[in-house]
Amino acid sequence: MNEEIIERAQRAKVKKALLGEDVDIEYYTTETNEHEALTSLGEISEEYKQNLLDAGIDPSEKDRSGSFLQRDRSVIFSRAKYPGLELMSTTDAIKKYDWLKEYLWKAIPVDMDKYTAEVELDQTHGYFIRSEAGSKVTMPVQSCLFITSDKIRQNVHNIVIAEENSELHLITGCSVSHTVDSALHLGVSEFYVKKGAKITFTMVHNWGGGIEVRPRSAVVIEDDGVYISNYILMTPVKSLQMFPTTYCVGRNARATSQSIVYATNDAKIDMGSRAVLQGEGSRAEIISRVIATDNAKVIARGDVFGEAADAKGHIECRGLMLSDTATIDSIPELKATRRDLELSHEAAVGKIAEEEIQYLMARGLSEDEATSVIIRGFLNVDITGLPDALAKETKKMFDMSLEKVM
Amino acid sequence: MEALTTPIGCKMLEIKDLTVEVEGKEIISDFNLCIERGEVHVLFGPNGCGKTTLLMTILGIPAYKVKKGDITFNGVDITDFPTNERVKLGMGMSFQHPPEIRGVKLGDMVNIALGRKGEKIDESVIELAKKLNISVDFLNRDVNLGFSGGEVKRSEILQLLAQAPSFLMFDEPDSGVDVENIELIGDLMNELMGRDEILSKRERSGLIITHSGFILNYIKPDRAHVMLNGRIACSGIPEEVAKHIMKEGFERCVKLCGAKVCAE
Repeated sequence: MNEEIIERAQRAKVKKALLGEDVDIEYYTTETNEHEALTSLGEISEEYKQNLLDAGIDPSEKDRSGSFLQRDRSVIFSRAKYPGLELMSTTDAIKKYDWLKEYLWKAIPVDMDKYTAEVELDQTHGYFIRSEAGSKVTMPVQSCLFITSDKIRQNVHNIVIAEENSELHLITGCSVSHTVDSALHLGVSEFYVKKGAKITFTMVHNWGGGIEVRPRSAVVIEDDGVYISNYILMTPVKSLQMFPTTYCVGRNARATSQSIVYATNDAKIDMGSRAVLQGEGSRAEIISRVIATDNAKVIARGDVFGEAADAKGHIECRGLMLSDTATIDSIPELKATRRDLELSHEAAVGKIAEEEIQYLMARGLSEDEATSVIIRGFLNVDITGLPDALAKETKKMFDMSLEKVM
Repeated sequence: MEALTTPIGCKMLEIKDLTVEVEGKEIISDFNLCIERGEVHVLFGPNGCGKTTLLMTILGIPAYKVKKGDITFNGVDITDFPTNERVKLGMGMSFQHPPEIRGVKLGDMVNIALGRKGEKIDESVIELAKKLNISVDFLNRDVNLGFSGGEVKRSEILQLLAQAPSFLMFDEPDSGVDVENIELIGDLMNELMGRDEILSKRERSGLIITHSGFILNYIKPDRAHVMLNGRIACSGIPEEVAKHIMKEGFERCVKLCGAKVCAE
């Protein structure tokens, strides 16, 4: 079993990804010091505290049901505070649970491309998070993948499982120290939402201008399961390509994906979400807001494949251009394979309307203030389905990220 | 926002020999108008005669280019002022077709008009909205997005209530408003323009554009003008002017008023 996976990974080692610029994996090193474990998250040095905060991670662990911190290639903190919640390094989880092989590489093929292969052949931890059947962990779990060493590659494999009728809220922050000029982050994430369960996944990417990022994510939702993803990228990144796929396999499975991207400098971003509606009455909604400025190049994708009776899918992509040297390429795609379903999309790319600025100025704002209100409004997607505290928290993260760019 | 004190006898708004172009086309020509402190004027005219252009120019919207003449407000020449500077001096406008702004709620607009951008939609906003029968849910809607004609008017009046300007412009406040709300809007316009004060105490002024004249059932302006082809063609007592227009149309009214006939 395991051998077969390794063999497939070996064969895919040179397999280029379908999308995104090809990254020279070997340019980045696997050699780095192991970092010492912490006994509490608050022990992290002052230097790094702000990096964590910027990615939505609270070092005080207040109002969190658990915390996980991986620095470079070492897991330096992992603690679950709530009964019914499990949290550990995926490497440890694989050793602990034989049954985990039923989940590893089940949502994502190991030979998808050279990045998935690399993660299998040289995995450096990642998080394993599981809520036990029936347990509602309403306080969020926070996990942080943090890069502090220059030129390294971080190859994580994350597994998140919400057992039947359980609830799990996850805040993931990816961050990088300012001392790092370049690095590669490869992250495989497999999510399993069991019958009647719910996972919300709020991810803040807080990379730097020299970081290349290739996440590979997939979600499997069973009957009456709910998955909500919120993605925020407001800080520079060198190149990022991801196209997470959500499989609504169960009856009435529901998926919502919301992405907010503010692309600056020379960033090359190819991102989007795909939903595959295989369960009767399943639903998916994909919402994205993309702002491109400077020389940023953004491809915003959204795919919904309808394959089951009474399935419903909707894509809403909006782009705002703030520069004449940036590009936004909005690509919504709908595919239906039967009659009794409903798929729709709306996409729009434009600039800030002069009329809107004038209207705000007529209420007393200066031109700059008006522009900032419009940008803020454009990115302001109401996030539904989060517990109140988490919704507020997410809003705060969003505001904070926005403060930095505006 | 504090109203500026104007020396007695000084005109609140004075427009002299104003010529305005929009996209290279002359819309307003050698236009003159004087509105005293405490006065409300109404401007009639057929579609396309330049009424909205006049308001937009007074407000300083850049697409409306002043080619000649000047606009003085409370003794200050504001011809080259940006819109927000004019607003600071006490101007306010109810737009006929305000733009939709996604992600910016009506409540946010009220806060902006109150001079407290970015704050929460709290009791002070909710209380103000009650005056217009606007619910909290409605305050949380993206401004103007999917609003009905009447909702736009109420939203505009609400923002003006928050802004409390000393000179108010209303662009077709009665268009698209249902019967239930027209009286409410009329009442609040009167309140905004300080019409409940006795004559000598009136501090605020207004300029109302109306095509139908419907709003005059609720508001009693001091003076009326008919605008034709970018100029004031005649002026007079509002009731009389309105009566003539209703009966005989704009062109005929100009003749009946006996004032100078429009150049064309």
